[in-house]
Amino acid sequence: MRLQQALSSTAIHGVLMGWTLLALFPLALIIINSLKTRKAIFGDPTGLPTGNALSLKGYESVIDDSDFLMFFSNSLIVTCVSLFLILLLGAMAAHALSEYEFKGNTLIGLYLIIGIMVPIRLGTVALLNLIVSLNLINTLTALILVYTAQGLPIAIFIFTEFLRAVSREIKDSARIDGLSEYRIFFEVVIPLVRPVIATVAVFSMIPIWNDLWFPLILAPGEETRTVTLGVQQFIGQYTVKWGSVLAALSVAIMPVLFMYIIFSRQLIRGITAGAVKG
Amino acid sequence: MQGSSSQSQPTPRRWYILVFLAPATLIYTIFAIYPILESLRLSLYVSDASTTRFVGLANYTRLISEPYWADQFWNAFKNNVLLFVMHMLIQNPIALALAALLSIPSLTGAASYRTIFFLPTLLSVVVVGFIWQLILSPLWGVTPDFMKILGLGDYFKPWLGLESSALITVTLISIWQYVGIPLMLFYAALLNVPEETLEAARIDGLNGWWVFWKVKLPLILPTLGLVGILTYIGNFTASFDLIYSIQGGLAGPDFSTDVMGTFLFRSFFGFQSQLGDENMGATVASALLFIILAGVSIYLFGVQRRLQRYDH
Repeated sequence: MRLQQALSSTAIHGVLMGWTLLALFPLALIIINSLKTRKAIFGDPTGLPTGNALSLKGYESVIDDSDFLMFFSNSLIVTCVSLFLILLLGAMAAHALSEYEFKGNTLIGLYLIIGIMVPIRLGTVALLNLIVSLNLINTLTALILVYTAQGLPIAIFIFTEFLRAVSREIKDSARIDGLSEYRIFFEVVIPLVRPVIATVAVFSMIPIWNDLWFPLILAPGEETRTVTLGVQQFIGQYTVKWGSVLAALSVAIMPVLFMYIIFSRQLIRGITAGAVKG
Repeated sequence: MQGSSSQSQPTPRRWYILVFLAPATLIYTIFAIYPILESLRLSLYVSDASTTRFVGLANYTRLISEPYWADQFWNAFKNNVLLFVMHMLIQNPIALALAALLSIPSLTGAASYRTIFFLPTLLSVVVVGFIWQLILSPLWGVTPDFMKILGLGDYFKPWLGLESSALITVTLISIWQYVGIPLMLFYAALLNVPEETLEAARIDGLNGWWVFWKVKLPLILPTLGLVGILTYIGNFTASFDLIYSIQGGLAGPDFSTDVMGTFLFRSFFGFQSQLGDENMGATVASALLFIILAGVSIYLFGVQRRLQRYDH
C-alpha cells in the first residue's frame, strides 16, 4: 500500500514536472541565447552563455536602435490609466446597483454586463470611424477609452456580486453618523471592496497589456506604439539579427516575469477567488 | 433614465445615483455598445466614392455566396470551428487533468506548479508566437536537433510553413500559452468541492480515481460549461492576435490558418492587393456577432440550464 502510494506520488510529480519543463523551456531558451554571440546561438543553441559565448551585443543594439523605453511607457500609461478608470468607475456603478433601489436597476445592471459576452472588437469598424471623428486617432487616450469600456462589464459584475454579499450595517451606521452618500462610497465602500480589487485588476490587466488588435488599428503611429505592437514590428525589421531579436524578446518578457514573481501569490489568489464567485 | 427614476420615490431626487452610474454607463455606451450597433447598421449599406445606399441584407448574401467573399468566409469559419474543437479536445482536458493533480490535498509544491503553469498566459502573444517560430524554425535547428536525440530526426518538418500542419501547430502554441486559464477555473472549482462530500465518498470505499469521476467531475460541470463558452468566444475573436503575429495578415500558408479575426481585419482594412471595404468589414463583424450570440444562447438556455441541475 505504501509502495503504491509512493509510486503514484512519483507519477503525479512526473506529470507536473513534465508540464513545468514544457512551460519554462521556451522562455529559458530565449533568455539564455539572448546573452550569447551569434556563433554560439547557432552552434550550440542549448549551451549556457559562458566564456567566449557570452555577448551583450543584442541588448546594446536593442537599446540603441529602438524606442523600447517609449513603448514601455506607452503600455504602462495605457494599462495603468485604464485600470484606474475601470476600478473606480466600475466600483461606483457597482455600488449604485447594489446599494440603491431605483427604477431600471436590473435593466441597467444587465445592460452593463452584456459586454462580458459580446467582445467590443466586433464594433471595430464603427469604433475606428468614431475615434477618427473625435480626432483621437494615434493617441493613447483612444486606447484608454476603449480599454475602459472593454473592462467595465467584468469589473461591474465582480464588484456587484461582492457588494451584494456585504452586510448593509456598516453603510447604515455611517449614514446615521451623517456621512454623505459620496463620503460613504469613498470612506466605507472602497475599503470594503479592497479584497476583490486584485481579482478585477488581473482580469482587466492581462488583455490590455497583451492586446495587439486595438494598438494596430487605433494607434499604430511611432509615438503611440505599445510594447506588444512595438515588439511585433521590431521583430519584423530585424529577422536576420538573431541576437537583437532574442534580446528584444527577453526585454519584452522580463518586466512581466519580474512583476509576476513579486505578485504571483496575490494574483493567483485573486483569480481563483474570482472564479469561485463567477 | 436614472434621473427620472427617482421621481417615483417620495425622497428628494437622488442625484448621487446618477453621479455613480453615469461615467461608467457613458463610456461603455459610447465606446462599446454604440460601435457594435453602428457596425450592424453599416452592414446594411453599400458605399461608393460619394454615395451611400441602403441594400438590406445584400451584403450578407454576398458574404456567403459571392465566390470572392464566400471562399474566404467559409474557409475562415471552418478553421475557426476546427480551432474551437481542437481547444475543447486538447486544451481543456489537459487543463482539467493538471487541475485535478494540483488539487490533491497532500501534494507538495502545488503553489510553485500553479505559478509556473499560469506564467505563459501572462506573456504577450507576439512574444509567444515569435519564440515558437524560432524554436520550430529549421534554420535554428533546436527542434530538429532535439528530435534527432530522440531518434525521430527524419520526422521533422517546418510545420508552421506547411498548409497541412500550420493550423494544428498554431493551435498547439495557443494551448501552450492559454492552458492556464481553464486550469485556474477548474482548480478553483475543484477546491470548492465540500470536504464532507469527499469524506462520504471515501467512506463508501471509492479510491482517488473514482472520487474524481463520480463525485468531483459532476460537481464541477457548471465550470466545464463556463470554460466551453469562454473557449468559444476566445476562439472567434482573440485568435486574431496569435495568427497575425505568427502567420501575418494573410494567415498563410495559402490562408490555411485564416480565422474570422484575420478575415475581418483584411476585409475592412485591406491587405496588400485586397482593398479595404468598410461595409463588408461591418458585415463580417456582424456575422461574427451572430455566430457568438448563437453560441452564447446555446450556452445560456441549453448547456447552463441543464448543468445547473447538478449544482446542488
